[in-house]
Amino acid sequence: MIKAILIFNNHGKPRMSKFYEHYTEDTEQQIIRETFHLVSKRDENVCNFLEGGLLIGGSENKLIYRHYATLYFVFCVDSSESELGILDLIQVFVETLDKCFENVCELDLIFHLDKVHNILAEMVMGGMVLETNMSEIITQVEAQGKMEKSETFVFQCPRQDR
Amino acid sequence: MALKIVKGSIDRMFDKNLQDLVRGIRNHKEDEAKYISTCIDEIKQELKQDNIAVKANAVCKLTYLQMLGYDVSWAAFNIVEVMSSSKFTFKRIGYLAASQCFHEGTDVIMLTTNQIRKDLSSPNQYDTGVALTGLSCFVTPDLARDLANDIMTLMSHTKPYIRKKAVLIMYKVFLKYPESLRPAFPRLKEKLEDPDPGVQSAAVNVICELARRNPKNYLSLAPLFFKLMTSSTNNWVLIKIIKLFGALTPLEPRLGKKLIEPLTNLIHSTSAMSLLYECVNTVIAVLISLSSGMPNHSASIQLCVQKLRILIEDSDQNLKYLGLLAMSKILKTHPKSVQSHKDLILQCLDDKDESIRLRALDLLYGMVSKKNLMEIVKKLMLHVDKAEGTTYRDELLTKIIDICSQSNYQYITNFEWYISILVELTRLEGTRHGHLIASQMLDVAIRVKAIRGFAVAQMATLLDNAHLLTGNTQRNGICEVLYAAAWICGEFSEHLEDPMQTLEAMLRPKVATLPGHIQAVYVQNAAKLFATVLQKHEGETDSQAAQETSQLLIDRLPLFVQSANLEVQERASCILQLVKYIQKLQQKNVEVAEEVTALFAGELNPVAPKAQKKVPIPEGLDLDAWINEPPSESESEDEKPKAVFAKEEPKHYRSRNTEVDEKELARRREVRKQEQANNPFYIKASPSSQKVYDAPGVEHIPVVQIDLSVPLKVPGMPMSDQYLKLEEERQQKEKAERKKKEKKKKREKRGKGRKADSGPESEEDITPAQHVDIVTEEMPENALPSDDDDKDPNDPHRALDIDLDNLLSGFSSRPLADSEKLPVRTHRPEVLKSPAEDRVSESVPPETKKKSSKEKKEKKKDKEKDRKRSKEEKKKKKKHKEVEEELLESQPEEPVQSEETKEAAAPPTSTSAEEVTVPSSAVETSSAAVPESEPDEPKDTEPEDTKSSKHKKKKQKKEKEEKEKKKKKRHHHHHHHGEAGGEDSVQNGTVEEEEPLPPMSNYSVLAENSFIKMMREDAEQVYDIQGNHQDESKVVVSIIFENKSDSFLKSMEFNVLDSLNSKLQRPEGAGPHDGLTVPFQLPPGVSNEARFVFSVQSIVMPQKLKGTLTFIVKSDESSTHEKLDFKLHFTCTSYLITTPCYSDAYAKLLESGDLKGSSLRLEGINMPFHHLLARICFHHHFSVVERIDSCASMYSRSIQGHHVCLLVKTSDQTVSIDAKCDEPSLLGNVLDELKQTFSKC
Repeated sequence: MIKAILIFNNHGKPRMSKFYEHYTEDTEQQIIRETFHLVSKRDENVCNFLEGGLLIGGSENKLIYRHYATLYFVFCVDSSESELGILDLIQVFVETLDKCFENVCELDLIFHLDKVHNILAEMVMGGMVLETNMSEIITQVEAQGKMEKSETFVFQCPRQDR
Repeated sequence: MALKIVKGSIDRMFDKNLQDLVRGIRNHKEDEAKYISTCIDEIKQELKQDNIAVKANAVCKLTYLQMLGYDVSWAAFNIVEVMSSSKFTFKRIGYLAASQCFHEGTDVIMLTTNQIRKDLSSPNQYDTGVALTGLSCFVTPDLARDLANDIMTLMSHTKPYIRKKAVLIMYKVFLKYPESLRPAFPRLKEKLEDPDPGVQSAAVNVICELARRNPKNYLSLAPLFFKLMTSSTNNWVLIKIIKLFGALTPLEPRLGKKLIEPLTNLIHSTSAMSLLYECVNTVIAVLISLSSGMPNHSASIQLCVQKLRILIEDSDQNLKYLGLLAMSKILKTHPKSVQSHKDLILQCLDDKDESIRLRALDLLYGMVSKKNLMEIVKKLMLHVDKAEGTTYRDELLTKIIDICSQSNYQYITNFEWYISILVELTRLEGTRHGHLIASQMLDVAIRVKAIRGFAVAQMATLLDNAHLLTGNTQRNGICEVLYAAAWICGEFSEHLEDPMQTLEAMLRPKVATLPGHIQAVYVQNAAKLFATVLQKHEGETDSQAAQETSQLLIDRLPLFVQSANLEVQERASCILQLVKYIQKLQQKNVEVAEEVTALFAGELNPVAPKAQKKVPIPEGLDLDAWINEPPSESESEDEKPKAVFAKEEPKHYRSRNTEVDEKELARRREVRKQEQANNPFYIKASPSSQKVYDAPGVEHIPVVQIDLSVPLKVPGMPMSDQYLKLEEERQQKEKAERKKKEKKKKREKRGKGRKADSGPESEEDITPAQHVDIVTEEMPENALPSDDDDKDPNDPHRALDIDLDNLLSGFSSRPLADSEKLPVRTHRPEVLKSPAEDRVSESVPPETKKKSSKEKKEKKKDKEKDRKRSKEEKKKKKKHKEVEEELLESQPEEPVQSEETKEAAAPPTSTSAEEVTVPSSAVETSSAAVPESEPDEPKDTEPEDTKSSKHKKKKQKKEKEEKEKKKKKRHHHHHHHGEAGGEDSVQNGTVEEEEPLPPMSNYSVLAENSFIKMMREDAEQVYDIQGNHQDESKVVVSIIFENKSDSFLKSMEFNVLDSLNSKLQRPEGAGPHDGLTVPFQLPPGVSNEARFVFSVQSIVMPQKLKGTLTFIVKSDESSTHEKLDFKLHFTCTSYLITTPCYSDAYAKLLESGDLKGSSLRLEGINMPFHHLLARICFHHHFSVVERIDSCASMYSRSIQGHHVCLLVKTSDQTVSIDAKCDEPSLLGNVLDELKQTFSKC
């Protein structure tokens, strides 16, 4: 099971947080801070795994992360997930974001938090991996995007008939 | 209205959207909080508007603020509003917000049930998808219960996109609503073979997650997973399956043996590192589960270790890390294979990556031996000095202590060295593990008697230099070691060289800055030292010095008397008064030393950590019982002010109690004494033994031998190194001595029991520097040191420990009881395709059933569970074997499919025999199914129910307790059965205690030729459409067609020559002689099942119908037309429906006199009675009404409402059956068929 997925930048500012167990907002912020603290002090060329922080399950859980430019992508998982598998999954996630946003950068995530969530929802559901095939994920995301567009079109000119 | 909308949209133009909000926050970096609070005010305004678009926009912004850490739960209701918008865009925003901030405590969640249900059944797949995604995050037990059925339906949705989401969410539903697991499981299992890889992967995911927590319940799925493993190419699925096997193998070693080969193949063939790694991991798990002595597996271990070495040597840090991680798993069972890679692991200790160093440390733990312990620890100590961060240093520190203290100090040959290491560790600044070091010091000093002298000397130095340590006074800081030092110096003060100096060190004013609990120990142990000093001086008749000592205490103790810490204060003032008194005596020249030492005499023994828990509660002691009369509530208010004088009350009580129960008191005193004896820190008041004078153990304490031929101190070296050097030299010397074969007396004395064999030097040859006896910790008698009490009772997965085996196959299966079915809303009845539901909906109209059984359901559920569990236990063993056999037989390529499908097909169609295995559920159906023909019956059954409801309530309570105390469960069960009497203990003719039934098949071969085999099920599903005696009834016949040839079979046509009485139901428009096309084709080796409906007019006579099956055999070269003749035999029993009956209704029926009798005698029946009954039930659709010893009454009903009653008696291989029925010819035929069944065996 995946316990949480966090994205924050080099300064520890949260850019997206998805917790698959309930915590209060305060605890969530503490977890983000703690995780940032653990992850940020690591060198670039060390391994991508570390034992979980105290707040989110302790040594039962692992933090698996990747660092891309200004952003950290951190998955907190328990022992049932394959470490290397999750590492690949992060890669898929980032590549998907890249495709959906066309050259994704931190600002994209900041201004389109909802879209990031929607993309993630096609990959991971309730803490379990739903889909790992990137083209499938993109197809579904785009189909939903189209639906949204058609709705906004309808929404913008419904008054013609009144 | 229109105006409002226009107004809304104009408003909206001025609203901030999410982007504006984010931009605003970024522009207000200095006063972010203030800006956000104004934004929240705006959002509140927006939420008040009617326009859903405005609301959705507001909710979207709230989601962003939630991420920043703002509580947005106040908007929960608005979120629900947005969720229920008909527009997908808004719906998605609503569900996203809900998934981020809803949880079990959110009260508006109850309002969402219907909305979610609506969305789940929406024609738009993305509405459904969004609802499922949201639900997966905030599902509550209530939602799970209400929606489980809807989600189950979605598992068979046409779109794989929905299917995979529905499958995945089931795991969450199971967690919240464990009752749904059993009914949903068959379908979940089905999804393992879904054509869509995504759905398949989801199903694997869910089952793996379930099996990880309760592996034993999923063992029976092993063959299926095995098949998947050898066929799947999806690495994600493979990894999950392989991980699952890792969890299953410890329970089933035979599975492991089968796995090794395919896994090694995968290891050799795969290029994906993730897969390779998981394979290695599972092979390791398999090897651990197998007995390690197996020679042919050493190759596998070598392979694993070799692959891991490659990983560790890889430049990719991730692989290195994982390699070390997996290596540590091998270490536990095959330390030797790992130890050969010590070089590599020590190398990893120097890695720049902390995670890797930590993993390497873990490995070191298992690699130490007596020989290399000192060397390894030396290396670690170097790292301790180098370590920059405190966390890593602390980790090193705990590891050093772990390594040294493992398995009862097994590898330590020289405890002086260990004490020096501990002392060196105290020099670490800012460590959090002072407490750990302290407890090690205490442990070693108490348990290794020989080391006490040395330990005390070291501790005295520590106390002397306490100022070095007191810089860090935080809790668990290094000053904790002073606690240990003070206690050791005090307790073993007889070993001190200069107790006076230590006493002075302990009474320095600086001590007052230490934490309270340490001061308390200081004060107490100062008193002990005082006693020792006094004794020393009096021995030398130096009364002057003795009096000076007293004066010292009197001078210094007042400092502690003023302490803010109560404990310190109390101890100090106590001891101060004592010393003052002693001083008075001293001034009178009275010898006091002996009496003072007597205060602290007596040996303290080490106590095991769990000893206190294991002390059995003495018989008759009820810890929950009131000691006094419980105060009545009204009194307690009145008496509150009296509490000030409450002190008198206990006295009162005590005196009364002694009168009443002198023995009880004596026993309690015993218990208390025992407790005190077991408590190392309890200072005994009674001078029981005077250790200094008696010194009982002195002779037994071996004298430490210090080899003086080596220089005692190596200047400029830290202390522990000196021991390392000493040790090396000692070992070398011993070696040399051994070579010369000189046997010195001294060595013989030291190495008692050691044989000086001149073999190659092994670990055993290393003599410890001191002969130490490590005192084992004390435990109460008969208590076993176990860890079973460590399980977390709150783990949600415990509820999912549900036996699923019997859902899967075979006759002995436990079908789903009514109470287990998922709740379906009554106003929109949905016919489910699950086997269990199928049966009900066909035999009983669901509406009536619901009404009559609803109230009883709750109670019965518990009762059933009780009964089933005990039954299952027996079956489980059998199941286990079956699984094993299946596994062993099923080679991956072998076409075992036909058998499997047969088994899979069995449960849905074999109505009768299974349904009655649970008597109480059977009762339900009887009262519901026969309401018209026997209007009295339900009334009769009612009072019985209410009578027993009291029992049931009790049971419910007990059930709860049972969950906590699983061990006691069995006992309770038998108790229940005793209560419930004979009726309960009979389960379809099977008394619990009797041996299990032989398997019975209800398929018989109908006809067979070289191409095809037709198997016909004996127990047809029979149903009566009109329920009217004169009209036709319908009978369903299931036939399995199995292709035995190598060719393809197609265009199968099934035809029967109708008789007057029985006709094959043909589609409308078809002529009376047309055949029915079988709706499938058969590839070679495949079998499938088809059902045919016949209409029957009279059921009192058996029927035989002639039929033909025609089909085309198509091989590569040619195709031929073939046919097969068969005879369909409709026996009279096939018209009987298993209908349970209450014993009093049964009695009434017999009394009524409408029935005509007949009887039958069978000779030479050589089978247990319960087998006989089971056969009758199984083959002839009867149910047992009552059974007394070797006599049973049975009942069944025909589809046209004829009652058939049997009374079966047995004695000496003779079975007599008295039968009654309202239709004599039917009865005669049934009896004939019964006779036939038993003549066959």
